[in-house]
Amino acid sequence: MLEVKNISKKFGTTEVLKDINFTLEKGDALAIIGSSGSGKTTLLRCLNFLEKPNKGQILVDGKLIFDADDPSTQKENEIRRKRLHFGLVFQNFNLFPQYTAKENVMLASQLLAKEREDYKEKKKEILAEITAEAEDLLTQVGLSEKMDLYPHQLSGGQCKRVAIARALALHPEILCFDEPTSALDPELTGEVLKVIRSLAEKDTTMIIVTHEMAFARDVADKVVFMDEGVVVEEGPAHEVIENPKAERTRHFLARYSQEQM
Amino acid sequence: MFATVLQALNEGFFETLKLFAVTLLGALPLGLIISFGSMSKFSPLRWLTHGIVWIIRGTPLMLQLIIIFYVPGYILPQNPWAVENGRFWAAAVAFIINYACYFSEIYRGGIQGVPVGQQEAGQVLGMTKTQIFFKVTLMQMVKRIVPPMSNEIITLVKDTAIARMIGWQELIYAGYAFMKGSHGYAGLYWPLLFTGLYYLLFNGLLTILFGRIEKKLSYFR
Repeated sequence: MLEVKNISKKFGTTEVLKDINFTLEKGDALAIIGSSGSGKTTLLRCLNFLEKPNKGQILVDGKLIFDADDPSTQKENEIRRKRLHFGLVFQNFNLFPQYTAKENVMLASQLLAKEREDYKEKKKEILAEITAEAEDLLTQVGLSEKMDLYPHQLSGGQCKRVAIARALALHPEILCFDEPTSALDPELTGEVLKVIRSLAEKDTTMIIVTHEMAFARDVADKVVFMDEGVVVEEGPAHEVIENPKAERTRHFLARYSQEQM
Repeated sequence: MFATVLQALNEGFFETLKLFAVTLLGALPLGLIISFGSMSKFSPLRWLTHGIVWIIRGTPLMLQLIIIFYVPGYILPQNPWAVENGRFWAAAVAFIINYACYFSEIYRGGIQGVPVGQQEAGQVLGMTKTQIFFKVTLMQMVKRIVPPMSNEIITLVKDTAIARMIGWQELIYAGYAFMKGSHGYAGLYWPLLFTGLYYLLFNGLLTILFGRIEKKLSYFR
């Protein structure tokens, strides 16, 4: 469903991503692991068109949606639409502070609905539908009691779950998580991981950048290990994490083995 | 006697209000334009606006007022201020330029203070740039701008007194006129005390107004 081909990204003279290739099947969860500064976040940002790769192609369902050598794939108004293939849950949530949890989840859907041809005739029904869906999503992530609270009234874990519901509201084909548990204490980490786990069980196609090795092993179908902007190793989650082949992967995982597994 | 003083002070206060209102009407939008200039990607424009803001903020308003009122008469074939209400308009121009520069820095702080992540979150959710500005960033900007803005606007109320430097008859001028009379000590301090009360009351009202706005915006952080 997703093919990433030869993606490279430079910031000035620093090469952050070097010739990244991987594929992702529908319904699979892919975990990207690696130390800080290995380019994981930049890769997610490239997929969401927040950064423009200097080289490479991105294909969704066999359709070319980005080609660094072809400016016709990079038109501003088309990019806006193409972004909707992907959802992104930011590391620091980036919820809109002036809106309640429910309004955060509804906002983008409401704005997109205005572009529908039947919007004027069916305005009421469409808005009722959007509201019902937002409430449903917030219930799924365990926030049915907190819908009308503002982000500053919620804990970090609750904010993260609102952010997940907000991303899901647009029905992205591929949902990306940027370190979903960083900046959360262990108790809150649990509640967020539970939500992601339940998404995986529903065969949501996901890319998860994470430092939680045990979680990656248990939830992801596939793991990619990145180091200094290159994919060092990729394969089925259990294999990569329990029997890494590359020296660099072994070295990286050794640091986690005592603490977490 | 009291009625005469009060009437004169009322007239003076009305002039003060006029300058205050005209300055706000001019400086609020002009400040926004200047702030866009100071954030421009085109560096000559950025340097030019930074230069202007530096000069205006770096010199006394009183000096700017004197220059704007007297210099055109020397260098232009016809003094633009030699019209009815010329002193008022000269003062208004000086005040608008001065306050627009201060406002521009407040706007810039407000705009740049909204985290980039807010914009990115909007982008990822498929919003257009206009939607992101109006639905996401604008309110957060306004919230950031209100406290420094109220500070600056209260200063403006008192700064209008400087306009009397070029002989424009605002509130202090009206109060001062009585001190030259033959009312002894009382004639000296009562009129000035009253002018003080005018400023105090007006700024009290503004403080309440801005307090309300801040409270309205306190539902989010």
